Order: sequence, then C-alpha cells, then structure tokens
Amino acid sequence: MTAIIETRDLSRRFGNLVAVAGISLRVEQGEIFGVLGPNGAGKSTTIRMLCGILDPTSGSGTVMGFDIARDAERIKERIGYMTQRFSLYEDLTVAENLRFYAGIYSVARSETKARVESTLERTGLAQRRSQLAGTLSGGWKQRLALACSTIHQPPLLFLDEPTAGVDPMSRREFWEQIHQLASAGTTVLMTTHYMDEAERCHRLAFIFKGRLLDVGTPEQIVARRKLRVVELDVDRATEAAEALRHRPGVDEVAHYGHMLRVATYDVRDPLAFTRDALADVGIEIRSLREARADVEDAFVSMVRAEAQEAAAAPAARAS
Amino acid sequence: MRISVIAWKELIQLRRDRLTLGMAVALPVMQLLLFGYAINADVRHIRTVVYDEDQTAASRDLVRSLEATGTYDIVGNVRDHGEIETSFQSGDARVAIVVPARYAADLGAGRSPTVGLLVDGSDPQVVGSATSTASSLVAARGAELAAQRTPPIGIEPNILYNPDQRTALNIVPGLVGVILTMTMVMLTSMAVVRERERGTLEQLIVSPVRNAELVIGKILPYIAIGYLQMSLVLALGRFVFDVPILGSVPLLFGIAALFIAANLALGLSFSTIAKTQQQAMQMSMFFFLPNILLSGFMFPYESMPAPARVLGNILPLTHFLRIVRGIVLKGSALRHLYGEVIWLAAILAAFVLFASLRFKKKIT
Ligand SMILES: Nc1ncnc2c1ncn2[C@@H]1O[C@H](COP(=O)(O)OP(=O)(O)O)[C@@H](O)[C@H]1O
Ligand SMILES: [Mg+2]
Repeated sequence: MTAIIETRDLSRRFGNLVAVAGISLRVEQGEIFGVLGPNGAGKSTTIRMLCGILDPTSGSGTVMGFDIARDAERIKERIGYMTQRFSLYEDLTVAENLRFYAGIYSVARSETKARVESTLERTGLAQRRSQLAGTLSGGWKQRLALACSTIHQPPLLFLDEPTAGVDPMSRREFWEQIHQLASAGTTVLMTTHYMDEAERCHRLAFIFKGRLLDVGTPEQIVARRKLRVVELDVDRATEAAEALRHRPGVDEVAHYGHMLRVATYDVRDPLAFTRDALADVGIEIRSLREARADVEDAFVSMVRAEAQEAAAAPAARAS
Repeated sequence: MRISVIAWKELIQLRRDRLTLGMAVALPVMQLLLFGYAINADVRHIRTVVYDEDQTAASRDLVRSLEATGTYDIVGNVRDHGEIETSFQSGDARVAIVVPARYAADLGAGRSPTVGLLVDGSDPQVVGSATSTASSLVAARGAELAAQRTPPIGIEPNILYNPDQRTALNIVPGLVGVILTMTMVMLTSMAVVRERERGTLEQLIVSPVRNAELVIGKILPYIAIGYLQMSLVLALGRFVFDVPILGSVPLLFGIAALFIAANLALGLSFSTIAKTQQQAMQMSMFFFLPNILLSGFMFPYESMPAPARVLGNILPLTHFLRIVRGIVLKGSALRHLYGEVIWLAAILAAFVLFASLRFKKKIT
C-alpha cells in the first residue's frame, strides 16, 4: 500500500498552547480515515497543517509525497478541503459557487460547464441552481460544499466536521457519497465527533489534547481497550448508576432511556460482576445482557485513562 | 484565468451588495455637491470699511461701484491702517478697500493705479467672494476705462492671517483624491476581511490560487470603481461647477493608477491586521483623518508645521493632490510632475511590499 499522508512528530503551538503535540500517522490510498476527538483536541489544526496552510512548529509530514512545509503549493493543487463551517459564498448562487471553485482549481474552461452541470445533476442541486447559497438549508449547504471541494476531482479529500449541524437523512446520503468517492479511489480524511460516524471509517485516529491516543480500525481500537459492556434494565436507574460508577473495574456508566450501559474493564465475567454489584446495594435487575463494545466506549475509556494519568502525574512527582 | 474568475466573483458580489455599490457611487456625488455648493455659494453683504486716501470724485466713484455689486456692505470709513486692523479684530469688518492717495492723479496721468483690498482670511469663503468680485469689477472697469484711453486699474487683493487661501476651484480636483482614498482603502480592506469572517478565505488559501492572482483579482473591480468615481467627480466638476480640465485627461488617469493602487495595497495591509469588518472600517477611518488634515486638502501644505509636513509627505494623497490640481487647474504636463510621481511610486512600492509581506497564504 502507498502512504498518501505520512507525518512524524507533527506539532503546532500557539503561544504557550500546544494545539498538536507530536502526531505521527500514516494514511493509505483509498482509505476513509477518521480523526476523532473532542472540541479543541487539535483536529482542525492538524488538517490545516496537512493542507499546507499552517506551518508546523516542529515535526514533519508529507502529503502525496510533498513536504507540507516546503511544497505546500504543490499539495494545494492536488487536494480538496471542506472547512469546518461550510464556507460557501452565501451571496453567490449554487451554480456560481460551483463555477467559482472550478475556476480557481483550474478546471479547463471548455470543461467547466459540463462539469458544473453534471455535478448539479448528480447532487440533486439542479433545481436549486439559481438559489443563493445563503438561503439553502444545512443539508443542502453541506452537499454544495462537498460538491465545491470535489469539483476538480482531487485524489485526496480533507473534510473537517462535514456533518456538523446536518440532519440524519442528509448525513446518511453524505456517507453514501463518501463511500462512492472512496471506492473510486479517493482518499478521504475527515474529522468528526460523532461516534456512529467513526464506525463507518476504515481506520480511525483518536486525538485528545493534541496527542494521538490510538490509531487503527474501529474493531482494533475497541479490542485494544479490553472493554466488555453490559446493558441492563433496573428499577432505580440513577441509584444503580451511582453504585456501579464507584465500583473498581467499571469504566463508564451511561443512561440510554430506561437502560443502563455499563462498560467494564478487565473484568472476567461482566454479567456476574454487575449482578453482584447491584445485589450489594439491594437493587433489582429486570434484565441483563452483554452488548458489543463500540468506538464511543473505547473513546470515553481512553479519555478517562488520560485524565487519571494527568491527575496522578503531579502527585507522583510530589512524592 | 484564475484572476478573471476571482474578479468575476467579486463583481457578482459587488452587484448584489447594493449598499456598498450605492455608497461607492453616491459618496462622490454627495461630497462634491456638498463641498461644491458650500464653497461656491456667493457670500454677499460682507461688512467692509473704506480707507480712501485720495478723497476725489474718481475714488468715490470706484467705491460706489464696488458697493453696487452687493458683495460689499460699506459699514464705515477709516483714517489709517491701524483702524482697519481694529475693525478686523473686533469683527466689525472683514474687508477693507484701500484707495491710494494718487488714484485720481495716476488715472489722469496715464499710470495704472493699484487699489488695495484687505481681506480677513479666517473665513475662506469670504476671501473667495471678496477677491473674485473685486477682480471682475476692476477688470470690467479697466475695459471701460481703456476705451477712454486711460490706463487700466490694478487691484491688489491682500489676504491677511491665512495668506494661502484656496478657491472653490481647488475643491473639485481635491475631492477626486479624497474620495478615492476613502473608498479604495475601505472597500478593499473590507472585501478581504469579509472573506476571513465568513471563513471563505481559508477555502481560498487552500486552493492553488497564487497570492498575486488573489490580490489582483480581488482589487481589479475596485480599480474600476475608483475610475468610475474619478470620472464622476471630474464630470460633475466640469458641468456643474465649471471646473475645466486644462491638462491631459489620459495623463491624469494614467497617474491615478499609481494612486489607486497605493490605496488598494494599503487596504490589503489593513485587511491582514483587522479581524472584523468593523475593525477594517475603523482603521480606514483612522487613516482617512490625517489624509484630510495633512495632505493639503483642508489646510495649505506650506503653512503646516514641519512634523506635519513630514507626515503629510508619506501620504499618497498629498502627492496626488498636487498632481491632480496641477493637471486640472494649471494644465501641467508630465515633466512638471516628475517629483510627485516618483514620490507616489515610492509610496506605492512601500505599501505593496508591506502588503505582500503581511498577506500570506497561511492561517495565523
Ligand atoms: N489560530 C489559532 N490561534 C490560537 N489558538 C488556536 C488557533 N487555532 C486553534 N487554536 C487552539 O488550538 C486548539 C486546537 O484547536 P482545533 O485544532 O481547532 O481543535 P478541534 O478542531 O479539534 O476542535 C484549541 O485550544 C484552539 O483554541
Ligand atoms: Mg475543529
């Protein structure tokens, strides 16, 4: 496999703030690579460095073989980038936005018209071609933004939180498009903090406070956390959650409607473990079953471990 | 190619932004009418004292005809220059007519007598009216007298306190520079900051568009607007205020390119500093003020203190004003203006250098 993106210790500071702290990763051709992390984790900063619009303060990286610091302009010709808030020209119509982006990405003038037309047809934007982009709804805006950033058919596409503020139907359609692009050979690197979307990526990178916590397929990442999850239906859910939360071996307890979802770590028999824990406080279990641990469980667990380490570190130093 | 796409986009946006576009056209027209009519308005009934050293029928005849123009209201006679001074200081009079002792004798002997006109220069409009009325009257009488084979009368206006008064004529060419300064700096700085505010600038700098393409494409439409404004002011000046352009119009428009570009470069520099459109607007206003005060538009450059003159010299408007006044009012040719053109080019180069150092295709 060929690496489309490769970084080594990529770092960026803003004054005293370390936004990205030594990230090394590799993205292969044709992958849908997801970058996950809470707000402020450094996702956008990382993407901007990869696109060549922000210089790293240390470390290095190549995108399609070009150095991100030295050959930024070469990279820019070969990528598509959809910024965090779909930055369209709101006072231009749908068709004008497409024409503009075709123009600045040097789509041949003879081809522009056909390209714009086929894009309008393909994306269903044809009926809205003369509508000002500013008057589109969130889902249509996103569709137009994606169309604009792919009008020059780039082999590599960066999407920064492309589904933020978009309704579920549009998100679904959006993912169909992403998979179509990927199967046609486009490499896609996208950030998100929707966990369900993370599971749709081929591989994931977890970023937290600028540091890379883990990289791998969703299955690998979940497996590495050694989590086992039970879902249970109990009487006094709030009380039960409180009791479980303080039990060693419990990583996370979350409410899902009437259900509780309990992630355990390093527990041999999570069902028996849960039963025992609740028996101790006299709460009756109506039903109990083991569930599959997912990316969200893994992510929460990783962030929690990080926080605990951070809390422990100053104490360790003091002693 | 990419330049034309960017310019095309900018034009569409400009066309849909009725307010900005309206302002770009209405501003010069309004300013010109305001300034033009305020200055042009004939000031009549100026309180005037007469110092008649001659006391002859001829001298009284002259004073009577000056009074008959309606411009001067004779409020009294004085007996020496000290009294003129006193009446000026107290505000009793703003103009004094001084008829020399040998007025009638000179006329009779075939010599040109010179009548003095002392004007309180603290109000430029008074100066304008007072001197122009006297000059035209004396010119008319001169013709009349010449027909009788007597020598013409000279008039010697003498403006006190503010000797370097400009006439209404100076306003029109001056406004060309002032309006260009105001709108060019503001429009460009806002055009870029707007893209940053809306997030589209990031989309642009991540594209393969070159810096120069982006900058040129963005400012081309504004250069066109600049020329439109300039043509408007000059045309209105010509047909409404009767300010003919004595020099070469192509020369003026050619040199104006330097001036417009300098302002646009400055606007771009501002756009790299300002975070919001409001800040960009404020910066433009902040820049505008010294332009009005120090360029020679409001106050004559020569009468400014040295530090103000130094400051004035680095403003493009200072040099452009001399160029535009020279070409419009004096019919100056390029060879008369080399010094100013070189100044303008140097300022332009400095601004462009600064703008291109600041304007990077990077996020900061
Ligand atoms: N241009 C900038 N100047 C200063 N700080 C910045 C800048 N861009 C991002 N940051 C800071 O860097 C951190 C990471 O930001 P970002 O990469 O946008 O996070 P994410 O995209 O994961 O939400 C944040 O704390 C943010 O405030
Ligand atoms: Mg972000």
